[in-house]
Order: sequence, then C-alpha cells, then structure tokens
Amino acid sequence: MRLSVLLLAALPLLAQEGHGVTPADIERGGLLFLTNCAICHGPDGDGVSGVDLASNHFRRAANDRELNAIIRNGIPGTPMPPGAYTPGQADMIVAYLHSMATAPKTVLRNANPGDPQRGKAIVEGKGACLTCHRVNGVGGFSGPDLSEIGANRRSADIERSLLDPDAEIRADNRTVQAVGRDGKKITGRLLNQDTYSLQILNSDARLVSLQKANLREFEIMKTSPMPSYKEKLSTQEVADVVSYLVTLKGRR
Amino acid sequence: MTVRRLTLLLPCALIMSAQVSFERIERAAQEPRNWLTYSGTLTGQRYSSLTQITSTNVKNLEMKWVLQTRAPAEPTSKYEATSLVVDGVMYTVQPPNVLVALDAVSGRVFWTYAYNPSPAARLCCGRINRGLAILGNTLFMGTIDGNLMAIDARDGHPVWTVPIGDPKAGYSVTVAPLIVKNKVIAGPAGGEYGIRGFLAAYDPETGKEVWRFNTIPGPGEPGHETWGGDSWQHGGGSIWTPGSYDPDLNTIFWGVGNAGPDWNGDVRAGDNLYSSSVIALDADTGKRKWHFQFTPHDEFDFDATQVPVLADINWEGKPRKVLMFANRNGFFYVLDRVTGQFLLGKPFVKVTWASGLDAKGVPIRVGHSTPEGMLVYPDNQGATNWYNPAYSPRTGLFYIPSWVNTYSTYTSRVEAYLEGNQFTSGGATHDVPALRPGATNRRLPEQGWGAIQAVDPHTGLVKWQFKMADVTDSGVLATASDLVFAGGREGYFYALDARTGNVLWKSMTGGQVSAGPITYAVDGKQFVSVPAGNAIFTYGLRE
Repeated sequence: MRLSVLLLAALPLLAQEGHGVTPADIERGGLLFLTNCAICHGPDGDGVSGVDLASNHFRRAANDRELNAIIRNGIPGTPMPPGAYTPGQADMIVAYLHSMATAPKTVLRNANPGDPQRGKAIVEGKGACLTCHRVNGVGGFSGPDLSEIGANRRSADIERSLLDPDAEIRADNRTVQAVGRDGKKITGRLLNQDTYSLQILNSDARLVSLQKANLREFEIMKTSPMPSYKEKLSTQEVADVVSYLVTLKGRR
Repeated sequence: MTVRRLTLLLPCALIMSAQVSFERIERAAQEPRNWLTYSGTLTGQRYSSLTQITSTNVKNLEMKWVLQTRAPAEPTSKYEATSLVVDGVMYTVQPPNVLVALDAVSGRVFWTYAYNPSPAARLCCGRINRGLAILGNTLFMGTIDGNLMAIDARDGHPVWTVPIGDPKAGYSVTVAPLIVKNKVIAGPAGGEYGIRGFLAAYDPETGKEVWRFNTIPGPGEPGHETWGGDSWQHGGGSIWTPGSYDPDLNTIFWGVGNAGPDWNGDVRAGDNLYSSSVIALDADTGKRKWHFQFTPHDEFDFDATQVPVLADINWEGKPRKVLMFANRNGFFYVLDRVTGQFLLGKPFVKVTWASGLDAKGVPIRVGHSTPEGMLVYPDNQGATNWYNPAYSPRTGLFYIPSWVNTYSTYTSRVEAYLEGNQFTSGGATHDVPALRPGATNRRLPEQGWGAIQAVDPHTGLVKWQFKMADVTDSGVLATASDLVFAGGREGYFYALDARTGNVLWKSMTGGQVSAGPITYAVDGKQFVSVPAGNAIFTYGLRE
C-alpha cells in the first residue's frame, strides 16, 4: 500500500525532470501516441473528424495539466477512452502533441496508398534496403533496424526519409567517419562517445571502441549514408515501400 | 587517578570530542585537515591549503575506499551532497535524506539515520540533498518534505524537526544549511511550484526561527512594487544552494532562485525582486544591506543559485573586498561586497538572451520567452548551475563548471496557479538532457558540451578551459598545490593543473559526478573525495 503511494508520487517527476522536455521525452511520447492513439486519431493526429491534435489547439483542455488528465481519464460520453498511462507517460504524449504542431508538415507527398506486398519485394530486392537495414533478424547492421518502424514513425516521416535521407537524422542513427593514424578509413554507427573515445558498430558489424588520440581525424556526420530513392524508385514504388514499412510493428 | 576523578573527566571528554564551535568554522582555513562547511570555509572559495598531493605525485592517486548507496528510487535522485569531515569522521547525505557517519580513512560506517520523507514531497528535479552543516555536536539537514532537522552527530538520533514550508504546496529543503555565529541559515526550494521564498535564521538549540528575509517582498516591504498585481504571492525566489559569510562585515551573501512562473513574465510585470539576485543581509537581523539582480524579470529560469565567492583582491591597484559570481545566465560578475557596486561582468559562454550589460551591470535584453517559442543561448540548465565554482588565491583564477554553447527554445503559456502543481507557464526544449545523462551520448558537438573554465576576475576572460565531450554537473575544488579537481557526466574525475588546465590524473567512476569534491587529511595523509553515480569515491596517494 505504502509502496503504491510512493510510486505514484515519484512517477510524474520523470517527465517533468528539468521542468522541460527532452527529445527523448518527445520520442517516447511519439511511440505511445503511434501505438495507442493513432488507431483513431491517425498518425498525423487528424483522424477524428473535427479534431486536429497537431494544431496545438485543444477544445477541452486549457493547459497541459488538463490535456494530461484527458489522456489518462478519457472524455466520458465520447469515444475517447481512458488510457492506462502514468502522469509521466501522459506528459510525454503531451510533449509529442506539441512537437507535432511545430514539426514540418508531414502530409504524404504521394497520396497513392501503395501495395505492401509489392513494397516488401522492393525492400528485399530492387531497393537493396536489407544491405544496411534489418527486418525481423534479416539484413545488415549499418542502418537502423526497421522491424518496428511502423510503430515508431509516421508514414510521412518514412516517405521523407526515403526521398530526402538528410532531412532528419535522429541521434540514434548517426554515422562516424574517421581516419586512423595509419590512414585507414573507419566508418560506423555512433553508439556512444566521451572526451577520449568513440564507441561504434563498424562496417563489419563489430563493436569497436576508438581512442580519439589514435585517430588522425573523425567526424560525426550530419548527412545520412543512405542514398535518396527519389530517382531510384518511381512514385508508385515509393508508395509501395512506405505502405509495407508502416506494417512493420515488431512482435507485439 | 581515582575512579571519582575518572568519571568526572569522561563526560567532559565526550562533550569536547566532537565540538565544532563557530570559532572553528570561522577559522576553518587554519585547519585544512577538516571540511567543516559546504564550501570548506565561509568564503565560498572551496579552496584548500593542503599540499601533500601535488602536480608531481597526483599521478599516484589511487582509490582508498568507496561507499555504495542503495540505488536511487528514480534516476533524478542524484548524489549532490558535499560531505563534511570533522577530525577523521565523515558525515554525508545520500539521496533523498539518508545521513551517514563514517570513518574518513576506511569508509567504515559508524551509524546511519534514514529520514522517511512524507509522500507529499514534490520536487521539480529530483529527490536530492546538497549537504549538511555542523555546530557543536549537532548536524543540520534540510528534508525534501520541507523540514529543517537537527541530528546528534554522535549517534544519529534526531534532536528536533521544524517545518519550514508545506510540502503539499511544493516547499522542500535541499540546500546545505550554513552556520553563522549561533544561527542556522536555510530556506526553501520550490521555484517551479509557485512558492514564495525566504531565507531564514534558526536557533540551533530549538529550531525556532530568529529572523526571516522574504526573497519575494510582501506589501509594505521594499521591492514589493516590482511585482505586478498579486503575482508576488507565487513569485518563487527559492533558496537551494548555500551562501557565504564575511565576519568582518557581519554580512551573509546568498543567491536567490528564479521568479515564478518561470517562463511567462507577462503575468508578473516588473523586475521581480529579489528573484535571480544575490542578497547581502545583516547576519544578526536578516535586514538587507544591498542586493544585485543579475536577471531582472527573468523569463528563462535563470536562478542565481550559485555559491557567492568572497575574496580580497587587488582591484585596479587597490585592495578590494569583492564577491565573484558565475551566473546561470551566462555572465561572470565581480561586485564590491561592501556596497554591492557592479565592477565587471563578462559572458563566459555564448549568450544571446542579452546583447551585453550596461554600466551598472543591467542586462540589455534581446531574447524572450514567447508563445511561439524563441531559441536562446544558454539552455534552460544554464551556463552553470548548482555545481559549485572554486577560487584559488594563489592563481587568482575563478573556476567554473560550464555548459558551453547550449540552447533552448523557451515557450510561454498562460496557466492558473494550482497548489501543489508545477507553476512554470511554459517550457524549454533540451538537446542536452537537463539533469541525468542518457545511457549513451550520440549528440553532435554543436549541441553543446561541458568544460571546466578558468576565468581571470580582473578581465572576465577565460584564461583556459578543459573541454569535455559531455556536459558537467560537478563542483570544483582548488588546492594550494595548484590542482583543480572536478568531474563530469561521463564519469571521469579529474585532477587538472590549476594554471594551464592540463589533465594530470583521471579516474573513471562509472557514474555522473553531480557534487563538489572535498579534500581533507587524517593522521597526516591527504584524501580527495567526491560522490559519483550512487557512491562516494575517496582517493589518496599510493604508499
């Protein structure tokens, strides 16, 4: 009994830490939103007629506190159900909703719904996506694992990544390019860093810790190693790939 | 010796054994083997005259002992306390309010007192404590549920507990109290909950309040006119890092927290005294002698909760009593501590909320918190924060744990005050996690980094800086052998050359350093001790 009281008291602090929101909070909020809310509200927050969650205007909530309460308690007499969230989790969803309002407009450039079966064939064949990406244990390691991409990203984000890979690179998907003392080029995904070292998953899919003192130079890239598929795939093919990727929601 | 004489002597010896008189605290610099107050001495310099560990032999530092704590209940329960050391006994506070007395040589525990805080306690930024004060045989500790406590240093038994503020309304006590003469000085945190702050003096025997200075002046008090309407009632002005004291001037100097609500200044028209200010108070009466407001009408949560550092230095050819202050708002200040006169102010990191300071030290504002959001340097955690600075009279340099080139987008919103809820009226984005490191750091260098910076107070210019890939929440310690000790979020604890910033020694603790290091000696052997992660690490020279 006592434990539950203490837990409830402690939980809101997590999201309020620093009395601001971190990109990590928004990302966690996005994950919760896409897996729970997007079923009705749609990935862009405009799935319910007359409700635009990405507009930063909430008819029934004057402030974040009230929005948090609605997310947890639902709205009686409407299809909006209560959600089993802690106040901290609800705060993350609130943070995500605010971020949607300021994010670049994410409507699909391609209104074509696409064919997931054809998309799967392109991902595994012509697109050669699995050279770098993994889906359910198959594929390479140098790009992000796509097994849960449909739960983590909106279709418009996926489309944008396909057409313009440099538009947004998440912190977890950064690449390091380095040159060793011997002149050897080293490339890998940045896993961690500190004042003296870089931890990477190198191009041979090995975990390597590089000492900065042993490098001639190194750079955390602001561009993506992924090619743009703008010219490589037709509009229809891009739509097919997107429609397949949004079905990948991991083993849930 | 007869039995009768022995019994007479024994109680006397016991009473004398742990006596920390105020005279000892006042002259703490003369007994550097001990660490009698948060900053080591009342000046706030965190400078030690111990010289056994030198720039030559510091490479031989090795770990002597570690005190593990129970894992914190939440990731923001950081170990922020500065330990005290009195004649070979260390006293420390593990988060949130677990007091431990231990052997400073071996780390063996004498006793533990775990205070059980009320579940009503609410803190914006972690259930933490910054340390203790000691007077006589009594330790003084603030509690996260708004109390000030006296605990017997000999057996860890509570002596008295007095409420300072209501935890249900967001009042908590995280500051290490300061002993000034026969008073315990402390005040409440809670600037994000719409508290009305104060600094107060308490009787060490009873806990009875002796005087109180309202950091947010009420009707009839000077400065009240700097608050529009009723906004003063929830104006913040919290107290959460220790102050300093000048015995010659009989003056207490203390930094005051941000105005509330944090990010919407429109609802509190005016300068909002004494938020984001340093206040100089008469130690006997609590009456204000002067104040200096670093960030009038703050809209960025720029608490002035840094330790005011007192030194007597040569200023433009004449000896001068100065107060140095590295502020969360990004400027380093030198003030005359007799009058409060502004002498110098220079940014030590990238600052865009102000284009500079005028001749009186008033910032020239260009950045604001807006409903749409405005990107401003430095970020919401500030250019520095609760992590204590240090000053070495030998090098004449002021050492700052800095967050360099960080930024936030500050957004204001309209919000009604509701008791016990956060009253911040807006938000700030963080590219650098505010309080706790992520498991990994995958940020770009231009998203900000940490440094220990050495500033020359005569010019305000950074003489050297030691850069870290991640930011630092560590305090700084300076010693008379020209060493500077500090750590960072990555878990390294460093000894730097105080004149050049070169790394002379480092140790990986495996946890974020969120407290200030101390140094002390027992039986002629010097130790350096710092909390990191959930433990205290104590180092000494290899024998």
